[in-house]
Amino acid sequence: MSTVQTEHIIAPANSKKMLLAMVGIGILCAFLIVVTFELTLPRIEKNKAEALEKAIFKVLPGIVKKKTFQLDENNNFIDVSSEEKKTQVVYAGYDENDNLVGVAVEASGLGFADVLRVLYGYSPDKETIVGFYVLQSKETPGLGDKIEKDLDFLENFKALDVSLVDDNSRIKNKVVPVKKGTKVNPWEVDGITGATISSRAIGNILGASTENWIPIIYKNKNTFSAKE
Amino acid sequence: MEKENKDRTELGFFASLKEHPTTDEFVKGLWRENPVFVQVLGMCPVLAVSNTAENALAMGLATLFVLLMSNILVSSLRNFIPKQVRIASYILIIATFVTIIDYGIQAISVELHKSLGAFISLIVVNCLILSRAEAFASKNTVGKSILDALGMGLGFTFALFCLGLVREIFGNGSIFGVSVFSDNFQEWIIMILPAGGFFTLALWLLVFNYIKEKRTTA
Repeated sequence: MSTVQTEHIIAPANSKKMLLAMVGIGILCAFLIVVTFELTLPRIEKNKAEALEKAIFKVLPGIVKKKTFQLDENNNFIDVSSEEKKTQVVYAGYDENDNLVGVAVEASGLGFADVLRVLYGYSPDKETIVGFYVLQSKETPGLGDKIEKDLDFLENFKALDVSLVDDNSRIKNKVVPVKKGTKVNPWEVDGITGATISSRAIGNILGASTENWIPIIYKNKNTFSAKE
Repeated sequence: MEKENKDRTELGFFASLKEHPTTDEFVKGLWRENPVFVQVLGMCPVLAVSNTAENALAMGLATLFVLLMSNILVSSLRNFIPKQVRIASYILIIATFVTIIDYGIQAISVELHKSLGAFISLIVVNCLILSRAEAFASKNTVGKSILDALGMGLGFTFALFCLGLVREIFGNGSIFGVSVFSDNFQEWIIMILPAGGFFTLALWLLVFNYIKEKRTTA
């Protein structure tokens, strides 16, 4: 191989030139990023909204339409389906006869890498979680991302028990993660070998979220099922 | 007279092409100077993201894009950037394009971003991109830098894909998510773990060096 090595003689530092170069490139890069951000933002938001919409239909099997409800200060739910920019919301899904099938709730918590955002479907009639979907995860591809793909793991969320105590004030048994293969009770989440931290994180996220949301949702289940 | 002049310049163009075969800038990255198998550059994403064929391919293509764009920008600004601040400038440029592709992928599909999101940001610290900016784009014309980036990028994608394929077959019993063995197949979990990456890389390096040796002795 005949590569010609050229000696670069570095000229004495010229602060003005260096400053100009760094600032110039900085401005150019900032401009490029801002332009890309502005151009892609509508598409990204549309994609995210679509993904959420799809997820709601996934976690509440059999629904044909949905409504969005917001929780107010007095722990009552109000229909905010037509509004934008919502916080503290849940999504109620209905079948073709306008009967309430269930309520989808978003929950988040720390996974192995960064925040995990999940959506789960709750059926007030069966008092169980009937569906589960990961909205956002940065878990290790091939390992931690099994929380989205492992069929045995997803089996946990077809009928996860979240029934309430007799006076409906709290959950009878908090949802807890257990080691793979040791699940005996219907409120336990069976883990994944090779993705212990991520699967435990899901169990804990669901535990915390259901403990908080389920009693409120159950109390208000008539608000959701009220027909138009 | 004018026609003669034109002929001469055309002739000159072809002669220069023969003298400095620019296609070599493209081909060298694919095999002779393959960034992974020969230069052993950018090992972090090679080992971390090659656990399935799909991940490897997506990571390779994302890297190709960043490499191409940063080579273009570095090469066109090469007379403007003072030597003392070149590395800082290159990193700034590379980080910009990584951010751009991150937004781009989110705009294309949330699903794709979900499976890639974890390691898109890793591209910033891929030394392959910095090394091409420093060793090639900062000293060559934009045209040559584009060819260099395409060659190196495709060579990198190819190498990553080779690793991803082997690791997915043994570690997951599948190719692109499609099962290739019967249900009785016990996955070799180690192939998906980092250690499996090292084993597979060693294996491919062995194969490549063997072929190379055979070709030089033949």
